[in-house]
Formats: sequence, structure tokens, C-alpha cells
Amino acid sequence: MTFLDYAAAPESRALLTLRSEYGLFINGEFVAGGGAPFATISPATEEHLTSIATATEEDIATAVAAARRAYDTVWSRMPARDRGKYLYRIARLVQERSRELAVAESLDNGKPIKESRDVDIPLVAAWFFSYAGWADKLDYAGLGANPRSLGVAAQIIPWNFPLLMLAWKIAPALATGNTVVLKPAETTSLTALLFAEILQQAELPPGVVNIITGAGATGAALVAHEDVDKVAFTGSTEVGRSIARQVAGTSKRLTLELGGKAANIVFDDAPLDEAIEGIVNGIFFNQGQVCCAGSRLLVQENIHDEVIERLQSRLATLRLGDPLDKNTDIGALNSREQLERITELAAVGEAEGAQRWSSVCDIPTTGFWFAPTIFTGVHTSSRIAREEIFGPVLSVLTFRTTAEAIAKANNTPYGLSAGIWSEKGSRVLAVADALRAGVVWANTFNRFDPTSPFGGYKESGYGREGGRHGLAAYLTASGDNAPLRTAAETQGGVQ
Amino acid sequence: MNHLSVPKTYKLFIGGAFPRSESGRVYRVHSARGIFLANAALASRKDARDAVVSARAAFAGWAGATGYNRGQILYRIAELLEGRRAQFVAEIQDATGVTTVEASAEVDEAINRWIWYAGWTDKYAQVAGNANPVAGPYFNISVPEPMGVVAIAAPQRSALLGLVSVIAPALVSGNTVVVVASEMHPLSAISFAEILATSDVPKGVVNILTGSLSEIAPWLAGHADVNALDLTGAGVIDWVDLEITAAQTLKRVLRPDSGTGSAVPALGRITALTETKTVWHSKSLS
Repeated sequence: MTFLDYAAAPESRALLTLRSEYGLFINGEFVAGGGAPFATISPATEEHLTSIATATEEDIATAVAAARRAYDTVWSRMPARDRGKYLYRIARLVQERSRELAVAESLDNGKPIKESRDVDIPLVAAWFFSYAGWADKLDYAGLGANPRSLGVAAQIIPWNFPLLMLAWKIAPALATGNTVVLKPAETTSLTALLFAEILQQAELPPGVVNIITGAGATGAALVAHEDVDKVAFTGSTEVGRSIARQVAGTSKRLTLELGGKAANIVFDDAPLDEAIEGIVNGIFFNQGQVCCAGSRLLVQENIHDEVIERLQSRLATLRLGDPLDKNTDIGALNSREQLERITELAAVGEAEGAQRWSSVCDIPTTGFWFAPTIFTGVHTSSRIAREEIFGPVLSVLTFRTTAEAIAKANNTPYGLSAGIWSEKGSRVLAVADALRAGVVWANTFNRFDPTSPFGGYKESGYGREGGRHGLAAYLTASGDNAPLRTAAETQGGVQ
Repeated sequence: MNHLSVPKTYKLFIGGAFPRSESGRVYRVHSARGIFLANAALASRKDARDAVVSARAAFAGWAGATGYNRGQILYRIAELLEGRRAQFVAEIQDATGVTTVEASAEVDEAINRWIWYAGWTDKYAQVAGNANPVAGPYFNISVPEPMGVVAIAAPQRSALLGLVSVIAPALVSGNTVVVVASEMHPLSAISFAEILATSDVPKGVVNILTGSLSEIAPWLAGHADVNALDLTGAGVIDWVDLEITAAQTLKRVLRPDSGTGSAVPALGRITALTETKTVWHSKSLS
């Protein structure tokens, strides 16, 4: 037994009571879905957790109609401060039930309980609490006095931070007076459905938030619904493109938060102790299933060997295993599909000539797991340097000059995030200016806050979530008379 | 004593030069009364691509200039526009058939708008950005930055004011521009290019194409090195396909303008062509 061997310390599942099946949450009530239900499993053990309904087009129409009715009759007419009070209620209920939600999230997603308990769920509460206060202060959102809400928002979220992404979507939408139809990811619907119970406890008026479940086709049908005014999507760049095509020519407003291939730049004057922790956090947080993950490590050439050595010895101390164990650092990947994609891309990395190093750890016999992996000797043209792997795989490249670091960092169609490690303030600020990325972390990485805008440049999508800027995605200036017109309105008329 | 007039040859404006269309094509431009005014260049796909290359090459320098510097350069354009006001009044009258009073008013408004936008260069970031009070020991700030190369469809009905109203807001933050001038009234756009060419605007910052919007716009909408597509003046063509094409590279798309197509001046026109960058930095006493 080494100092790394700990007795198991599993979080209790007793405070989580799951029903055997979950319906759709429409107009304040759970109703049966018209499609074939599907199972949701624990990716760590592949055990069946519960059965989830599939929404059909008719179900979607019912949900959108409920959202429209709630918008017209209740939510858009309610005093702004009362909207805020509902959001405060929700924030408090999330805090009260936070351990239950954390257990559910780790069970359903596979992420370590210390992340769901200490990062995801606290941020969910913070997001609702922070945006609650915005509800009656929208004159200060930066769009002039009396900005208007848009109407019904269709929101589609991914599986990597299920409840947190729900909060990023629902909190600003409700604070600004919109109503919502939200579709969680197929593999991680559970916490959204528990959240629906919280909405009932908060006595949120029926129809203000509707949660429909299903796979990609359900999401596409929701985006296509003609009575939707706003679409907000977080997920892959490929699906983002198809949504952008879908809403083209309509009056729907669109924000997209898509993929990334962030550079994490380490200069030779970096505070190395912090940098090593930051690199590890940057790519192995949530098993690397993070759109803003620091997946391309750019190390100044003269410290390359030292950094790699220290990274490897640090990674050797990470514990991979039961997500519900409080000692676990690396949990399970979310799905078999995800595991297969990561495995395939890692094989490509080897085939393209990069050197692979994987942490030695016992891989459980059931579930979906991938040991923390580092590729060195990666070229800028390698697929593992260009494509989003969305897993615990770090590609290491080197640079000599600051200009080279900037050029390599920006050499990607993505532009979501980036990291800089250096003790020289003037260089940090100049490099931050030069990086074409929406979020730049200097001497830190993967920090999130409800007051801090998040979102990408280029093919990482458009629009911002978080902070004052996040309000703009759900508002229009009161003087704005339909700046976004439909094809039917503009065709044929000479301007 | 009779003076036989010397008509101007109208060409494209790409990379600070005035080339003919590489296709060798021209089209006839008529006055409101149907009188032949000039042959304008009918820009091709190759011209559009050349313009994007020029705009991309100019981006780093223009975006990297200080707001104060961009403000002075843009202000200087208004000075030159003022000096040529008689020429533009005459051109607008010829092109659109309005009265002298109306044409003068359009030039006045174009100058005023240009100055209004020029004044924003060192201010928009202060209004559109802010510090973020995050719950932790971090300095955190959000600032708007230019998107890059912006392709613009200028309003169709206007000879000068529409063009000015869509170019200026893109330039404020440091974007570079490829603009397709009004198909019907392209001549003032090229005269305006003469002002740009003799001002201190670096070459390639503004590139002006004349010709068929429906022919050129799809190349710009699909070009991977164009970051944003401003369709303000594209309501007259099948712009939905342009938005669909732009989705392939996830370009930011500003849908056609409502109402008169006069592209009312607004801070929103500037910020719509910016990205918000958020920078975190750890804080520590040690």
C-alpha cells in the first residue's frame, strides 16, 4: 500500500430517490411522452438508472404552446422584481438540495463527486442567484431603457455539465422575461428532471419553463418550431452549423457555444508549481470533456522536458475510479460513443508519429474509462492538434518566441478559450490581446463565474453567456423595430 | 470657350489600388432619367477573393492601431468628404434624380454620421466592456474587439449615405471591410474610394466592389476568411441562401435592415461587429 491508496469513501446514494420513469415537464406537470422511452445509465457501471420519455413533434408543440401562453399571460406581465424573486427561490432550493443534485449528476454523467459537489452545483445556485438580481435592473444591461424580452426561448444543452448548462440557459432567459422550452442531452436528462421538481417547489407559474427529453431529432424539431423566438445551443460545432442553417431566413435569434481547441501557453518564466496544476486542471477537469479545455499545451522549448516530467509525476497521483468516491480525481467518460471517439483519435495520434504516454491506473471492467494521456512531439498539422478530442488527452507542442506561441495558438478554426502562464505581466497582457479567443485565463485555467461572460470567436460560436453581456442574448433594445426580419418581409421590396 | 468634359473611368477599389475587374466585364450605369452615366466594373469571384486577401492583410495593422489613431484617420475622411461636397451633390443628383437640396442634405448627413462614428473609436470599448466582479481572487475584464474581415452589402437605394452608414461602424473597432456598393448607384462609392485612397486609411482596410450583388455575395458568404456578413442592403436579393452559406463557417450574420435601408446610426452597429474577450488573471500578494 502506498500513500496514494485510500480507503473507499463513497458518497451516500440514500438522499437520492429516483422514480422508475420520468415523463416530460410541460406546463408545470410531468406528462407522458409520445415517443418510445429510453434508458439512462450510469456510465461508470452501466447500471440502469431510470427510464426517460421521448418527446414527439406533438409534445414539442404542446410545450411551445405552454411557453407561449405563460409568456403572454403571466411572465411578460409580471413585475420584474417578482420574476427575480422566483429566481432567488430557485437558487435557494438548489442550495438546499445540492448534495442530492451532486449525487445525481455524478451518477448520470460519470464526473467525480468532488467536481459536481464543489463546482457544478454551487455554480448552478450562483447563476440563479446572480441573474435573479438582474431581473429588475435591465435598464442597465447596456441596451438602453426598457429593453424587451424576445418571447419563447428554445434551449438545447450538452451532457458535460448537465445542470450547470441548464442554469446558464434558464437563469438569464427568465431574468429577462422570456419563457423556456429546454432539451437536456439524451444521456444526461436526470438532473434537469430533478430541477423540474424544484420548479414545482418554487411554485414557478406553469409553462414558464418546460423540459422535454429525447435525442437529436427532438432538438432539431424544437429549433424548427415556428413559434420559437430564440434558439440557444451549446454543443458540437457540427450541430451548431446545422442549427445556424435551420434558423437562416427566420426572425429567430441565435446564440451558439460550440467546440474548442484551446492553447495553454507556458512561458519559461511561468510559476511552474501553479502551471502544472493549471495544465492538469485545464485538460483533465471533467475527464477533458470540456469545450474550453486546454487541450493544446504550448511549452517554451527550453522547459519542455521539465514540464513533461513534472506533469507525468503529477498525473501518476490522480485517482481514477468510482465517481461517487470522494477521493476520485478522474471519473468515467459519459458514454461508449465518447470512449470510442477518444480511443480512435488517440490511435490517430500514434499513427501520425506523436509519442504517447498514459498514466498507469486500474481501469474498471464495466463502464467507460480512459486513462489520462499526454502526446508529445505533436505537429500543428496533426489531427490531435486540430480536432476537438473532448477527452483526457493532452497534445504538447513547443515554441521558441512569443510571436511563434501566438501564431500557433491562433492556428485553429476555433476560438473559445486560451491560457497563459508567465510571471511577466506586460507579456501576459500583450499575449492576451493577441489571442483570438473569447476567454483568456492568465496564471489560472477553467474558472467560471456568473458575472463573467463566456463564449467564443470564430467557429466556437457566437454570443456570450454570463454577466451583463449574457443578458443581450435574450433582450432587444426597445427602439429596435424588428431589426431581424424574415425572408417574407424583405423579399421583393427594394430598399 | 467650350470645354469638352473628360469622363471618369470607374474601377474597383482593392488593396488601395483601382484595378479593373479581372474579368474585364463592365455594366452600364444610368441616371434616374435613363441617361448613360458610365460603365462600372462588374466584379467577379476573383475580384471578391482578392478583396478578402487585401482586407485580411490589413486587419492586424488596423485593429492594432490605437483608438485615438483610428479616430483621427476616420475624422480626416470627413474633412476630405467636406472638400468634395459639390462633386458628391452632383453625383447623387445624377444618380438618383433628387433635388440639389435633397442631395446636399444627404452629403451633410453622410459627413455628420462619419464624424459621429469616428468619435466612437476610443469610447466604444469603455461603454461595451466592463470589469467583472467574480467570486474569487481574480482580476477579470471583458473588452470588445473587432471580428476581423467584414463583408457588407451596402443599402441599394442610396448612392452615398447608405454606403457610409455601413462602412463606418465596421471600421470603428478595427475591422477591415469588403463592401459591395449599391448595384444601381455604384459611382459615388468609387468616388468615395478616391477619398479613402488619398486619406491615411491603410490600403486594404476598405475594399469596394461594384457589380451584381447576387453574383458576388455568395462568394463572400462562403469565404472561410470572412468573419462576418452584414446583409443590411441585401433585402432585395435571395439573402436566405447567403445566411445558409455563411453557417458553414459560422459567420456572424446581420440580417437585412428593416425600414428604409438607411442604416440608422447606432452604437449597436459597432458592437454587432465585435467579439467580447474576457481575460482572467490570478491575484496574489506573494
